[in-house]
Amino acid sequence: MTGSRQVPVAEGLFTWPSEDPRLIGARCAECGLAAFPAGPDPFTCQRCGGTGFTQTLLPDRGTLWTFTTQDFRPPSPPYDGADTAETFQPYALGYVELPGEVMVEARLTFRGEPDPARLAIGQPMRLAIVPYSVGADGTEIMTFAFTPVIGEA
Amino acid sequence: MEAVIIGVGLHPFGRFGGKSAMDMAADAVRAALGDAGVSWPQVQAGFVGSLEVYNPDAVIGRLGLTGVPLRGVFNGCATAGTALAMAARAIETGEHDLTIAIGMDKHPRGAFAADPSVAGLPSWYGQTGLFLTTHFFGMKINRYMHDHGITDQTLAGVAAKNFRNAAGNENAWRRTPLSVADILASPVLNYPLRQFMYCGPDEGAGAVVLCRADQAHKYAGRPVRVRACALRSRRIGAFELQSPSLPVGAHAPSPTVDASREAYEIAGIGPQDVAVAQLQDTDAGSEIIHMAENGLCKDGEQERMIADGETEIGGRLPVNTDGGLIGNGEPIGASGLRQIHELVRQLRGTAGARQVAGEPAVGYAHLYGAPGVSAVTILSI
Repeated sequence: MTGSRQVPVAEGLFTWPSEDPRLIGARCAECGLAAFPAGPDPFTCQRCGGTGFTQTLLPDRGTLWTFTTQDFRPPSPPYDGADTAETFQPYALGYVELPGEVMVEARLTFRGEPDPARLAIGQPMRLAIVPYSVGADGTEIMTFAFTPVIGEA
Repeated sequence: MEAVIIGVGLHPFGRFGGKSAMDMAADAVRAALGDAGVSWPQVQAGFVGSLEVYNPDAVIGRLGLTGVPLRGVFNGCATAGTALAMAARAIETGEHDLTIAIGMDKHPRGAFAADPSVAGLPSWYGQTGLFLTTHFFGMKINRYMHDHGITDQTLAGVAAKNFRNAAGNENAWRRTPLSVADILASPVLNYPLRQFMYCGPDEGAGAVVLCRADQAHKYAGRPVRVRACALRSRRIGAFELQSPSLPVGAHAPSPTVDASREAYEIAGIGPQDVAVAQLQDTDAGSEIIHMAENGLCKDGEQERMIADGETEIGGRLPVNTDGGLIGNGEPIGASGLRQIHELVRQLRGTAGARQVAGEPAVGYAHLYGAPGVSAVTILSI
């Protein structure tokens, strides 16, 4: 903790603050398919069209299914990182398969090295809640990401 | 009643200063009418597509206020597939004898930027930098290379081919040939894809005139048969763009596979009959994946095919003979009509220096884009 104020980028995405943060998913009441995020509101299952669901906390560990990098600052809006084209730090993103549940698209590192050589399809990953932007008053804007379980600094 | 194409027209793709998309479309329509030997008042119905132009049907103001029904259509990168399909269908059902498909666009420079809400996605998805379609292309080819042994060299080989083909195409945007080494030296945008492996948004327009097959003899253009038009959207379990999450387990085929199978079935034509193909090459990886998804090779075979030059104009299965999206850029509403324009020229034997040898008889056009939609058109002489 840096001591600065931290707020999530959106409510209902992940449990926060928490010692054991988890992504908040939805499980279709009719067919059991898991999805993330739990929205849109109203919920509609993409497999069966069912509208009933229960909230479910997703596993915080999984494996990397695929990944890429973002090497230039995304168009803004919608991107609202506090960086500029000059200060932008490339990041990696990918799909992490949470076993038996769902594949989630997420950032893979927080302002770390987006070096693809440090990422491998199939490698174990762990959920982390990280700042991706900072407000004018210094408030850190938090989002979810996955970091490699092995090879961490 | 079968529909045949009797005229094609294209406004070059690229950057054209203050010229409006609508003026480009009017030029393309006049070229297509001229090719067919048809005057505008003979057109009985039209289907017009654009992303940037709010009322593309207003092109009628540049052509003559004949009262003709012009319907706006939009399916993202597959827009022109829909315009052509509906123009053909209007003839097949007997509703009209002579129709037109029109596409136009004029995009700002740089990556497409939009609010995630346009795709039904939450704001945080855009705020945190996940809402870029290019991510999907990087992630899909990265996994494909891992599973099927495709190399960076092959990605660069595809891009080099398309730049080379564009260099010989007077209507293309990127007409400077780039070597495999040049392409591999360009910066990574979304690993493993580099700057010169991507197409860029630009400007341009296209038009295609169709009529009943039994009336084609009345017009000037050598008729090309529309054998099949298919459009499919993504199914649950397909690995698709703009997806904050996807189900685990076996993946469903992409909408390209579904549209392709349907089109082959309608046409009674198989992949082995395709003599020249136009495949959506949003990036070099997409062309490689789409070769297999359209049934034109097996997964992984591309590595050898590209090395052997099989998809070059002089090869066994020429792909993107006019430079594709990589060489022409992508004015979304018009892109698929550029493909049809090229195939019609190839099938008529009038493609000039780009002509595929051996009198190609079957042409195949494929589009793919957000939010997971694919259109396939099969033409024959």
